[in-house]
Amino acid sequence: MNSKRPVNLDLSTIQFPLPALTSIAHRITGVILFIGLIFAFWALDVSLSSPAGFAAVSDVLAHNFLAKFVAWGLLSALAFHFVAGIKHLLMDMDIGVTLEGGVKKAQITVVVSAVLIILAGVWVW
Amino acid sequence: MVTNITNFGRSGLSDWLLQRVSAVILALYSLFIVGFLLFSSGLDYAAWSGLFAQTWMRIFSLLAFISLSAHAWVGLWTVTTDYLKPTGIRIGTQLIIILAIFVFLVWGITVLWGA
Repeated sequence: MNSKRPVNLDLSTIQFPLPALTSIAHRITGVILFIGLIFAFWALDVSLSSPAGFAAVSDVLAHNFLAKFVAWGLLSALAFHFVAGIKHLLMDMDIGVTLEGGVKKAQITVVVSAVLIILAGVWVW
Repeated sequence: MVTNITNFGRSGLSDWLLQRVSAVILALYSLFIVGFLLFSSGLDYAAWSGLFAQTWMRIFSLLAFISLSAHAWVGLWTVTTDYLKPTGIRIGTQLIIILAIFVFLVWGITVLWGA
């Protein structure tokens, strides 16, 4: 091997491109949503069990900060996963599968999901 | 062709298609639930349990829960095979995931048909 070939091991100069970051975030939000199913199924189960159970779930979502935060976090993960998933389906349909198109779609994914995450926060609080 | 005994459909193409079909079903179900919660003002127990008492809603929910099971498995299988290199840890984690998916599915069905 030619020992004089250029080597760059300064990791601080290496950055992930935006499409790589949205791809990783798609995976992370997927794992978060799977763990969050515990809360979602709990809420569905208790809210459908009886009028008292429904009141308990409404009450905790109306007054408990931690419950609101979990609800907002899961809605945020769902929003991003949803938007990034649509980006995936567009790529499957061969729409915008170029370097510029990939960056553009990643930017749109970040902006649209950021708006949805803010709206989810407004809804929860 | 590379085969892997732990993926869902025993072929990447079948997993790929299953992930897309289940994604579309889950997207529609999520939109419906969020839309229902957003646009039914002053939601009470009668309206909420009334929705889930409808046969079509139970079938739609069951379809969504089955899609969720397949979607979560294909997704988490991909993530675990990418990042968990030691075979024992990977298989152990995947077994826990399968068990969790099974619990969620059974839980969902008992909620829908009120065990």
